[in-house]
Amino acid sequence: MEQLLVFIRKEFFHIFRDRRTLLILFGLPVVQLLLFGFALSNEVKNIRLMIADNAGDVSSQELIAKIRASRYFILEEQLADYSEIEQKLKAGAIKGALIFPAGFGNDLSGAVQLQLIADGSDPNIAKTMFNYLNSILADYRQSKTTSLPDYRIEPEIRLLYNEEGSGSLGFIPGLMALILMIVCTALTSVAVVKEKETGTMEVLLVSPFKPAYVLLAKAIPYLLLSLLNFTLIVAMALLVLNVEVKGSLFLLFATSTLFIITCLSFGLLISNVTSSQQTALLISLMGMMLPTLIFTGFLLPIENMPGILQLISNLVPSRWYYLITKAIMLKGLGIAYIWKETLVLSGMTVFLLGLAIKKFSIRLQ
Amino acid sequence: MNEPVISCTGLTKRFGDFYAVDHITFDVYEGEIFGFLGANGAGKTTAMRMLCGLSLPTSGQARVAGFDVYTQTEAIKKNIGYMSQKFSLYENLTILENIEFYGGVYGVPRPELRARSRELVATLGLEREARKLVGELPLGWKQKLAFSVAVFHRPRIVFLDEPTGGVDPVTRRQFWDMIYEATTQGITVFVTTHYMDEAEYCNRITVMVDGRIEALDTPANLKKQHDAGNIEDVFYQLARQAKRTAD
Amino acid sequence: MKILFYLLQKEFRQIRRDKSILAMMFVMPLVQLVILPLAMDFDVRHINLALVDHDHSTFSRQLISKIEASGYFKPVSYTSTYQDALKHIERGTADLILEIPSGFERNLVREKSQQLGVSADAINGVKAGIGGSYLAQVIADFNAGIRVQFNPAPPPAGTIMLTVSNWYNPLGAYKYNVVPGVLVLLLTLIGGYMAALNIVREKENGTIEQINVTPIRKWQFILGKLIPFWVIGLLVFTVGLAVSWAVYGIFPKGSILLLYLFAMVYLMAVLGFGLLISTYSDTQVQAMFVAFFFMSIFMLMSGFFTSTDSMPAWSRTISNLTPITHFIRVDRMIILKGSGFNEVQKELYYLIGFALILNGWAIRNYRKTH
Repeated sequence: MEQLLVFIRKEFFHIFRDRRTLLILFGLPVVQLLLFGFALSNEVKNIRLMIADNAGDVSSQELIAKIRASRYFILEEQLADYSEIEQKLKAGAIKGALIFPAGFGNDLSGAVQLQLIADGSDPNIAKTMFNYLNSILADYRQSKTTSLPDYRIEPEIRLLYNEEGSGSLGFIPGLMALILMIVCTALTSVAVVKEKETGTMEVLLVSPFKPAYVLLAKAIPYLLLSLLNFTLIVAMALLVLNVEVKGSLFLLFATSTLFIITCLSFGLLISNVTSSQQTALLISLMGMMLPTLIFTGFLLPIENMPGILQLISNLVPSRWYYLITKAIMLKGLGIAYIWKETLVLSGMTVFLLGLAIKKFSIRLQ
Repeated sequence: MNEPVISCTGLTKRFGDFYAVDHITFDVYEGEIFGFLGANGAGKTTAMRMLCGLSLPTSGQARVAGFDVYTQTEAIKKNIGYMSQKFSLYENLTILENIEFYGGVYGVPRPELRARSRELVATLGLEREARKLVGELPLGWKQKLAFSVAVFHRPRIVFLDEPTGGVDPVTRRQFWDMIYEATTQGITVFVTTHYMDEAEYCNRITVMVDGRIEALDTPANLKKQHDAGNIEDVFYQLARQAKRTAD
Repeated sequence: MKILFYLLQKEFRQIRRDKSILAMMFVMPLVQLVILPLAMDFDVRHINLALVDHDHSTFSRQLISKIEASGYFKPVSYTSTYQDALKHIERGTADLILEIPSGFERNLVREKSQQLGVSADAINGVKAGIGGSYLAQVIADFNAGIRVQFNPAPPPAGTIMLTVSNWYNPLGAYKYNVVPGVLVLLLTLIGGYMAALNIVREKENGTIEQINVTPIRKWQFILGKLIPFWVIGLLVFTVGLAVSWAVYGIFPKGSILLLYLFAMVYLMAVLGFGLLISTYSDTQVQAMFVAFFFMSIFMLMSGFFTSTDSMPAWSRTISNLTPITHFIRVDRMIILKGSGFNEVQKELYYLIGFALILNGWAIRNYRKTH
């Protein structure tokens, strides 16, 4: 036991003397969470829309004012023909143009047609723009009907978990999963290989130290540091990004510890099957970056992916952790709702750790 | 032994208040094998790096092949060869490709390059390995190859920084044969080592202690001055005064 | 000039032998070009709906079947209490709850007005918003039907139709947006990452020491490093263009020459970035960490995954300070919209600026003599 402590202390010295590792361990999560937490969201805002008001009457101006009042558009009012619109679209100055027919106000009692020309090169913006405008039009039509009609059904919409309708709320647990996954895996994957490369591993293995202890001693400092790191991330999410943890903080820490252990095991496995730090990092940083980004589920909707990709996404630990943190932090749910995901993560951990230990002892013979 | 090809006066390199090289003064003459002895951390490598133009001196004068180490480093580089402590040929190039690269970089004309590299491979007895990657060669052969590449462009001076580290005695012997062979072509050899038997092969040796030159003469004279049976004893007598710990 | 030739010959020989570089050059583009367009589809389909019908009337059943027929929704449960429906939201199996109150039909007939409860899982705000508005549309349609049923001659109500034409991409397929972006990611990884590692490898192996005592000048060494990756980058870009044409049917609408001009300048900028990283790192491991740090920021802030317009102003500034943002923008403009030089020249000056600054900084920082 005492040996283990000595060993663990040595590991801490290593980590604290290497400023670049510390930068990655604490700097990268802070910078990325702050930067991405504010910058990234699936919401589409600030759409630059050109309004060609060929009617120029009271009604058209009313509708335009309504569009302006929504927080989604930046309007540019200008009478323009198709070639001018095309020019602006090509230059990327606008994302679409809404064309009012002459006599818009006069025809309102009958059927009028508004035309939207959208920049289809960004389908997400084009489709969202169309949806936004459609609901504004529906509102407008409603407001135009002077007297309340009979037989009126009114849907009353309640936004659960996110009353303010913040567009980046779901991104916070996603970013936490992404950052923890990459940082924990990469740092541990380097730790063991480094000792192999410098030859100190041989020295450790001839010492009266059980091989499993060597792995354990490697992992424990990173576990502690990762927990510290996680605390930092949660603190920032709470204080700077104004996300509140609705569920049990204890449960959040418990499941996060499990996830960190999953990542550490994966890192140990990588370092046990590679022989150089470069290769280990190539796998854990570059190799893992894209799958984690794609399959965690916060950035891209997994449900829209082809079946084979959906299957693959099940193998990515951060996907399960994302579901867990989303449930605890944002929905305030308890263990009853996340035991399945927790079980999957536990299974992955046991599998990865077992494999790591097995590969480690094979190397000994 | 008429004209000095290397001459330095009061050459100094300071890092902060640490004198890595402390006012060293010496001349090296054409065709000489000049040995540089010293414990680890005595300043040998730093001194050599200044002479090669890899590092700017803090103060003092030095000329290498007639060029100034402050202002004419590029001209110096055309006239020297260098072999560093660390093996520094490209491991993922073949023997011939390495020779072609370094020869080409020093401006050896292409037809001559081809003929001489074949010749060199033959002298080293590496014809069969010529198209093998250098990384696959045993260390001894790598070192011999590195030396041959360092003198391939027939420089006026070749600098060797602990060239025989980790090499077996037989290969070391062969290595020194190659050095002698190079001097017959008029190449001056500047070599650092801590193998004392190698020091005996040099025409003149200097012993560096704590960044300063403590002795400079032929091996025979040094032994006489210090009343010692071999260079090793001379070295011990001088190195014992060192205050710096190695590395 | 001769020296440069030997340097280039050496570099190409080494690259040819390096399995990991070759793998990155050929496997990565393939994987990215195949997976990303498949994975990136932001359409909101399959909105999972949990239904709670307290009324069990003809009207409520009619409304439900109208919703089912609309095609937007997939009913996942019919429960009798809101609490049960909420469980589906909590488990993530439903996105919306529609609660039809008891007395729905009776109130509608007697009081001539009735409210419906719609609850949305707003963690995914986009889905909640779109799902809510689809549901509102279906309900409005149903409502109009009811009015006609009770009052066959309604006062003429005006309708406003919004027709949309998606230029450059009439079907609104996401691949048109994704594929040009992937091409830019590829160039970024090759330029910023592989070049940086390559230079640091010479430092780590000590071969740079040997180079430094030869008559090779600083600029020759740097050019000898940059040119091969510049050429490889353009090669990969060409392969990428060919694949996007052959597999996805995307052929640049604009001038290919202009596209290559941008690719060339962009590569210079990212190569400068790679060079800069290499001057600050002594080992490949350090270089990888630093490169990863910046690459992840570049990638996520570039507008490849999310729109830069939607970012707050300060993030947009950061986004504009990374070269990749500009090239992704231009790449999509030239390939999809056929934009010409006039429309994209501002971005070209940006990229030239980046190339000059990054390379200048890197060269200043790269010291041959210490």
